[in-house]
Amino acid sequence: MSPMARTAPVPAATDPAIIRNFCIIAHIDHGKSTLADRMLQLTGVVEQRDMKAQYLDRMDIERERGITIKSQAVRLPWELDGRTYALNMIDTPGHVDFTYEVSRSLAACEGAVLLVDAAQGIEAQTLANLYLAMENDLTIIPVLNKIDLPAAQPEKYAAELANLIGGDPEDVLKVSGKTGMGVEDLLDKIVRDLPAPVGNADAPARAMIFDSVYDTYRGVVTYVRVVDGELKPRERIQMMSTRASHELLEIGVSSPEPVPSKGLGVGEVGYLITGVKDVRQSKVGDTVTTLNNPAPESLGGYADPKPMVFSGLYPIDGADYPVLRDALDKLKLNDAALVYEPETSAALGFGFRVGFLGLLHLEITRERLERDFNLDLISTAPNVVYEVTLEDKKVVTVTNPSEYPDGKVSEVREPMVSATILAPNEFVGAIMELCQGRRGDMKGMDYLSEDRVELRYRLPLAEIVFDFFDLLKSKTRGYASLDWKADGEQVADLVKVDILLQGEQVDAFSAITHKDKAYSYGVMMTGKLRELIPRQQFEVPIQAAIGSRIIARENIRAIRKDVLAKCYGGDISRKRKLLEKQKEGKKRMKMVGRVEVPQEAFIAALSSDESKDKSKK
Amino acid sequence: MPSVLPLGDPAPADGLLPPQAAAGAQDRDFCLYVHIPFCSVRCGYCDFNTYTAKELGSGASQDEYAGTLNAELDLAAKVLPASGLPRRPLSTVFFGGGTPTLLPASDLAAILGRATELWGLAPAAEVTTEANPDSVTPESLQTLAAAGFTRVSFGMQSAVPHVLKVLDRTHDPERVPQAVRWAREAGLHVSLDLIYGTPGESVADWETSLDAAIDCQPDHISAYALIVEEGTKLAAQIRRGEVPGIDDDDHATKYELAEARLAAAGFGWYEVSNWARTEADRCRHNLSYWRGDDWWGAGPGAHSHMGGVRWWNVKHPAAYGQRLSTGVSPAAGRETLDAATRKLEHVMLQTRIIDGLRTQELGPQGRNAVAGLIADGLVDGPAAFDGTVRLTLQGRLLADAVVRRLLED
Ligand SMILES: Nc1nc2c(ncn2[C@@H]2O[C@H](COP(=O)(O)OP(=O)(O)OP(=O)(O)O)[C@@H](O)[C@H]2O)c(=O)[nH]1
Ligand SMILES: C[S@@+](CC[C@H](N)C(=O)[O-])C[C@H]1O[C@@H](n2cnc3c(N)ncnc32)[C@H](O)[C@@H]1O
Ligand code: SF4
Ligand SMILES: [Mg+2]
Repeated sequence: MSPMARTAPVPAATDPAIIRNFCIIAHIDHGKSTLADRMLQLTGVVEQRDMKAQYLDRMDIERERGITIKSQAVRLPWELDGRTYALNMIDTPGHVDFTYEVSRSLAACEGAVLLVDAAQGIEAQTLANLYLAMENDLTIIPVLNKIDLPAAQPEKYAAELANLIGGDPEDVLKVSGKTGMGVEDLLDKIVRDLPAPVGNADAPARAMIFDSVYDTYRGVVTYVRVVDGELKPRERIQMMSTRASHELLEIGVSSPEPVPSKGLGVGEVGYLITGVKDVRQSKVGDTVTTLNNPAPESLGGYADPKPMVFSGLYPIDGADYPVLRDALDKLKLNDAALVYEPETSAALGFGFRVGFLGLLHLEITRERLERDFNLDLISTAPNVVYEVTLEDKKVVTVTNPSEYPDGKVSEVREPMVSATILAPNEFVGAIMELCQGRRGDMKGMDYLSEDRVELRYRLPLAEIVFDFFDLLKSKTRGYASLDWKADGEQVADLVKVDILLQGEQVDAFSAITHKDKAYSYGVMMTGKLRELIPRQQFEVPIQAAIGSRIIARENIRAIRKDVLAKCYGGDISRKRKLLEKQKEGKKRMKMVGRVEVPQEAFIAALSSDESKDKSKK
Repeated sequence: MPSVLPLGDPAPADGLLPPQAAAGAQDRDFCLYVHIPFCSVRCGYCDFNTYTAKELGSGASQDEYAGTLNAELDLAAKVLPASGLPRRPLSTVFFGGGTPTLLPASDLAAILGRATELWGLAPAAEVTTEANPDSVTPESLQTLAAAGFTRVSFGMQSAVPHVLKVLDRTHDPERVPQAVRWAREAGLHVSLDLIYGTPGESVADWETSLDAAIDCQPDHISAYALIVEEGTKLAAQIRRGEVPGIDDDDHATKYELAEARLAAAGFGWYEVSNWARTEADRCRHNLSYWRGDDWWGAGPGAHSHMGGVRWWNVKHPAAYGQRLSTGVSPAAGRETLDAATRKLEHVMLQTRIIDGLRTQELGPQGRNAVAGLIADGLVDGPAAFDGTVRLTLQGRLLADAVVRRLLED
């Protein structure tokens, strides 16, 4: 048992030998944030009375959904054998959309706590995050969590973990983030087993930016890990990629609230405030040095996260377009992964084509835009990016199906992913069937233990990013987990399906699909629209077409009656109010040619049933 | 009138009206509506403010009702001059319900008598009562005629037993021609109400009802598409799947059929749901509603209108009786319409009737919409050319859509 530290090491004056930098990585929901809670408590940085579950999940959306979206770094004091150490703990997200957050965090650490739910065992993001940690050459501490659960099988999963990492099942720590059991031992083990950071204290300063956050009150807050030298307040610092220099207004550590310090030394993790207002001036992956004594060489950066899916975002009220633009600019300050550019849709007016890391990222971004900026938005059906080569060899990048070139296309390339699926072996057949139906190419299969199998596939991104995960879950009674990462592209037989209302193409409903799926898309969309669009005073044909070839057709019959039979003395006020309401409602109609399409119909048609409830992966 | 009251401003206890009510009153007809909130059974489709109990308390019971209602007429006779309105003779009086004829004819006569004392009847005034076919006798109709009633409107609804059953109507279809004959013998003009599109009613059933109504040789026929009102037994039955829902296409077919049959029998439409043998047979009381005249609505839940001020009484007969017994106005709420709202109502109501709307009364956008409405066959081209927006048959079926297009801004 380690007593709570009496005196915490002071930043800037901390010997690297007593620093331990680690992150907690795991599959989604395996209990990272809950374990972090116990660490905050045991080390005394958060008082008992201030404690709340998943303390570090501070955003509304994180709390409501019960998931971590952003990594959080916290400095914790921990005493072992009479010496007080400074631990830097980073809680990371588990969802596949936010893997890039994990990889940034890893670069600030020497070690990782690999957490596994003792009732679930190893899952796809366990593997993915473990491999990331290994690529970063981190020391890994395997830990089984939730051992308080009656369904926990610590022995079985300890063996699985040991198999994976190499080592003795006996060495796998067993903890409960809920009860706190085993967490002190874990902190001790972190101190004992993880290497201390090494760096040259006398060299010119070099610090790696691993996060950059915009805060309304403080401006941009930049999170760094110092590698060499030292950073001090009121010094001028320089961003090595741009050579831009800023005065360091404040420097400090999160504990977990910001605590200003006299500086940050080798191996330390903390924050910088320079007064810049735009995170792009303080870019994740950049190296910070000092203006007076600049380092000759920067640390290696990270690649910018690459958007995987695109969707058009349109304000329902066209007058909100400037609000949406400002809102995106603001969100972008905190979300390097967000990319967007203006676009116009004949059906939806002015909006933006926005790139996302995945559907959860889309959903969360949309929710934040709507909630924090009071916007009502329509998002068009998400799609992936296609590279279209024309017969004249010109290459067009298509992020919006309606931009698909009409001219002669010689080749279309679609993005591919390599996917890892973990599941009990009884489901192998079902999974293979599903992947084959999705144009998947099996790359390998391994047994992680007697009954748990890892399947590796190469698949088109468009086939897995939307409804695949839900189907996978339902075909495996919830047991399978999925991880994927980008893996080049391939030439494929793709076509654009257009939807026409009364002969008029509705750009928002166009989709690029595989040739074999065009028909079912057409039937699905025309059917949906027939249900959603109210009858008009004239007949409205709804068609799906590839070029000029009609592949599906529905018909909305003309309305024949729209009149209230009785309107006497006592009905007049009520009838007038109804009319006023309908007039108001008309403003929420979009006109496609002469056809009045209610906003709700757009929203319902575009929110593919699949894209709902995607938060948990 | 539907029994759910609108939301409005509170009405003052003395019932006095804002100044706007009096402006231009001399040029408007003055009418009286009398609500009788009693029925012997409640029909499943009906959401009128009506009660089947004989005893409702607070002077609202059936046998005290005439006295209570007369108290409101007395109040009206004070409020109107006090609000600056001139004394005008009644051009029409309409007793509606509920089932007015559930009260003894002498009670109805007494109410009409009091109204006549207070305001007088204009020459050739129209005095109507609604009636259920099985709630009248030759004698009661004679009494009404003698008291000054000129017109009776029977709720026939259908001539087909299985349709009447779904509607919860209690009368024998045979009773309708008989009641019409009695009314004629008493010297009353006769109107028949029909409902079409009842769940389970075939097109042939509807033809049977139309023919039966025509065979009675009334002066006037109202034919209403069945409205499924929220909160009614019928709405619940449809929701639970016990009876099929209604179908707008079926309604349209039956409306077209009604127009064809009635026109062939010599009835001309003059409002979306109303047809009359001659212009003189049109219901002037109802036309006053659509033309924006003034009327006082007496009785629980009754609505009134004076020069762009609309108000309505408390709904329950007991609350109504209670108010009047303490000299407090029974008005529950009211709204004073601004010019734009009055304009909107004018377009909404005037479009429904054969008079139509003067093109010059429309805004520029509305006038632009007319060409499209003519092209779509909803508005009569030659009439529009003469400056009147008048609905075609197809336009009548889509009247609400036409109104929306005329009011587009
Ligand atoms: N019984 C039990 N439940 C736990 C334990 N640790 C976490 N949980 C529960 O598991 C769920 C997920 O916990 P989190 O701490 O949010 O998991 P996470 O790994 O941070 O999740 P993400 O950040 O979304 O990847 C919550 O409902 C926790 O209450 C534990 O030790 N025992
Ligand atoms: C006040 S009601 C009733 C008069 C009388 N109590 C009767 O039922 O015979 C006037 C007319 O409105 C019509 N009506 C009532 N409720 C209706 C509904 N839900 N849908 C269509 N018409 C209705 C009926 O034709 C009825 O005759
Ligand atoms: S008799 Fe007339 S007022 Fe009474 S419930 Fe039936 S339809 Fe309604
Ligand atoms: Mg978490």
